[in-house]
Amino acid sequence: MWMSVEVNGHIYEREVTEHWTLLRFLREDLELTGTKDGCSAGECGACTVMLNGQAVNACMVLAAEADGATVETIEAEAVDGELSEIQAAFARNYAVQCGYCTAGMVMSVRELLEHNPKPTVAEIKEGIEGNLCRCTGYQQIIEAVLDVSGQIDSKSRGGLKYV
Amino acid sequence: MSESTLPPAAAHVGDDVQRVDDAAKLTGGAMYASDLVFAGMLYAQVKKSPHARAKILAINTSKAKNLPGVHAVLTGKELDYRIGLYVVDKDVLAKDVVRHFGEAVAAVAAESLDIACRAVDLIDVEYEVLPPVLNQLDALDENSPLVHPDLGSYDYVKASFSPQPGTNIPNLTKIRKGDIDAGFAEAKWIVEREYTNPSVQHVPLETHVAIVEWKAGDEVTIWSSAQSPFTLRDLFCRAFKLPHNKVRVVIPHVGGAFGGKAGIHLEPLLACLSRKAGGRPVKFQATREEEFSLLPCRSALTYKIKTGVGADGRITAQKLLMYWDSGAYADYAVNVTRASAYSAGGPYDIPNAWVDAYTIYTNKPWGTAYRGFGHVEFFWGLERHMELVAEVIGMDPLEFRKKNLLKPGSTTLTGERINEHTGNPLKCLEAAASAINYGRLTPEEQERQARTGRRIGKGIATLHKAPAMPSFTSTAAVIKMNSDGSVVVNIALTEIGQGTATVVTQMAADRLRFPVSRVKVAVERDTDKDPFDWQTVASKGLLLTGNAVIAACDDLLRQAYLDAAQVLRAQTVDLDHDGEKIFVKQRPEESVTFAALSIGYVYPNGNGIGGPLIGLGRYTAQGLTSLDKETGQGLPALDWTYGAHGVIAEVDPETGEYTVIKIASAFDVGKVINPGTMRGQCIGGMIQGLGTAECESYIYDDQGHLLNPSLTDNKILTAKDLPEEIECIAVETPQLDGPFGARGVGEHPMISVAPALANAIHDATGAELTHMPVRSEDVWRAIHNRLPVDTWVTKAPAV
Repeated sequence: MWMSVEVNGHIYEREVTEHWTLLRFLREDLELTGTKDGCSAGECGACTVMLNGQAVNACMVLAAEADGATVETIEAEAVDGELSEIQAAFARNYAVQCGYCTAGMVMSVRELLEHNPKPTVAEIKEGIEGNLCRCTGYQQIIEAVLDVSGQIDSKSRGGLKYV
Repeated sequence: MSESTLPPAAAHVGDDVQRVDDAAKLTGGAMYASDLVFAGMLYAQVKKSPHARAKILAINTSKAKNLPGVHAVLTGKELDYRIGLYVVDKDVLAKDVVRHFGEAVAAVAAESLDIACRAVDLIDVEYEVLPPVLNQLDALDENSPLVHPDLGSYDYVKASFSPQPGTNIPNLTKIRKGDIDAGFAEAKWIVEREYTNPSVQHVPLETHVAIVEWKAGDEVTIWSSAQSPFTLRDLFCRAFKLPHNKVRVVIPHVGGAFGGKAGIHLEPLLACLSRKAGGRPVKFQATREEEFSLLPCRSALTYKIKTGVGADGRITAQKLLMYWDSGAYADYAVNVTRASAYSAGGPYDIPNAWVDAYTIYTNKPWGTAYRGFGHVEFFWGLERHMELVAEVIGMDPLEFRKKNLLKPGSTTLTGERINEHTGNPLKCLEAAASAINYGRLTPEEQERQARTGRRIGKGIATLHKAPAMPSFTSTAAVIKMNSDGSVVVNIALTEIGQGTATVVTQMAADRLRFPVSRVKVAVERDTDKDPFDWQTVASKGLLLTGNAVIAACDDLLRQAYLDAAQVLRAQTVDLDHDGEKIFVKQRPEESVTFAALSIGYVYPNGNGIGGPLIGLGRYTAQGLTSLDKETGQGLPALDWTYGAHGVIAEVDPETGEYTVIKIASAFDVGKVINPGTMRGQCIGGMIQGLGTAECESYIYDDQGHLLNPSLTDNKILTAKDLPEEIECIAVETPQLDGPFGARGVGEHPMISVAPALANAIHDATGAELTHMPVRSEDVWRAIHNRLPVDTWVTKAPAV
């Protein structure tokens, strides 16, 4: 079907394969490969994008459903080569390892902070529960969210202890 | 400038330097193999066996071949290539028989993924289903069907492995130390028990993916998510009898690996499809479901432990029998078996030991390397058993462990003498125990217990591991100076998330006395351009590659000093340098910048001397030996990293439900290169270990069908499953041959998490847990089915 969608501020008008997901549309048609495919089944959250301001698993939405919608992906998070505050906090707190879950994780954190600028640890855990990460054990991601929401200082930052 | 203004010898090592790959990964700009698309690229799909063991009677591919857009269809009959890391036992596509559920029996390459999916659906396979061999102990029965009747004819690495033709055993590793009979005769107590754990999945967020192009003239290029480009190339070339210089392996960013992407996987099949399709690149990415059964997993283990203890609480003898379920193919499992055998007793001083470690074929997806390389599995039994033995002899489990820990002068199971530089397991154990207030409940914990009605228990467990690698494992680094004086480091150790690129940047910067901003570690790995590295496995990268990088920096500086000596009319001994320039020590104003020397120095009149500054460093593991096949004696260990975990668990004694309040873990890493990335490795491993401890497991029906190949039915931990508190502790006993004194810690945080948890649950409730994962229902059953501890005592002092 013919569709029109705004992605990262650009209007795309495209013929889209009816059974394709938004994830395949973004990655294969628009070549926005920053959004990752970890399971194609809504289990891992690696493909999380913002659809009309809401975080969704792009593998669980048909591309056709995004007709007329606004989509934001990781490619729009940094502006003019400058990392966003969320991205910078991830970097400061070692919240990235292999990086494959990172795009989806940043999207979920963004949605969380838009609704709840100072989330508690429990709320952060709830907010990123749908995003699996196999490398970090999540802790440094949680610390990054506390950091970017102004709830951590150099003293309370989680650190390595030496004996 | 005087020497006092020079940067200190270690300006970055030990500091929280931010990861060098952050920006690319945070913006979606990092390219993974799964992101790559090439002109003319075809998409592959495979037809998979729905049976665990069956004869392939016929495969009809005619409908698939006739589907428009299909460019190649292959079955095993057309392919006469076999692959295998240590035992060459796997056909590129199943031939005549299938050996596990999910095995590939046919493959197609088509113009789109959608067409490829339709094409495999059109392939008809006729099977004669056979009863599968599903339990590795049953597979040892002499009447058991053989998974590989031709085992005796397979090629294998003879220096390290011992296949037993006519059986289901592709390897038996033996360790013999001291006099086992005398040790048990001397013992006051003998305690015997069996511990088990199932297969589990690595679950990298990026599933296995590769693109292969086999062009005319046998020019092969492989882009892959593999961990080890040179080993992949070597195995590929062996299978196809191609010279190494015909095959190029490129590894872009890798989305997690954990051992599951070591070795070789679907690259040979994609190569055959490409060749058949006229040399077009062919891409395949496993679905999450395929990741569970088309690709390998971690082996299951049954561990039988018999421990003799003297009146003083010292272990006098240990008989350790390991039965590893390698699944349908030997792959890494034979080496997991070997590496586990020589570590099998843990970081303890065991004067008399006997280890028989069997790798056993069954009709299940095959086992491969997984973070910890066998140690997560056998430490489950070992550290549960230590707890049981302590209880039997009436000693506190911490004291029992401390009494038996390795110390300077002790020898390992293979006869290696431990010294004060090997590392300090005692300090790790004490740090972990102290971090959880082991042995008592704090007033807050007592109050919490009273308030919730849930019981709080504390458990500890030790661990050790040395890299499992050939005795002669080598690596190299090349460091090239750019014309502005910045440098690029080429290594073949892949960045799979562990932080290699960052710590190599720090080490190179410090050795050169440069700021980190002037050092770049190349992102992609490329066997045509990078110097050799054996594999990115085994927690050996930091030590081996670190030493090679230091040597490369020294080589580059040596060349720069030679050129500078000529320019400055000095001898090299008269020179020193800072981050910008080389200068004469006694007249620092006489200097030449690195930038001016970088691609050859130019005199004012236009004369040039020197040339591009390129440093080469090599490093080979020093002094290691093969193990004697009958006794297992020898020197297998590059270094030993010791560690310990402490866990505080809270258990509902009515239901068996539990949560982890705290996990605290200590590792003797020699020297922390980067606290942030080390902590990341630790927490990541601890939580991955907690996942396999709490819930992860392959579940089969009685015909060998895998029932839970998804992240819904085989859950890994989410952020909500974290302990309330996580603490990481570094111990720094310098490794004498380690770069800046460092040794590896990539795998270790995952080892022994499970027994520390089970020991805490045991402390809280008395539940005797011998199978992992430990689900709430297992705790409930264990609470309600307690047997007296003397059930497992086969020798005890007369009362």
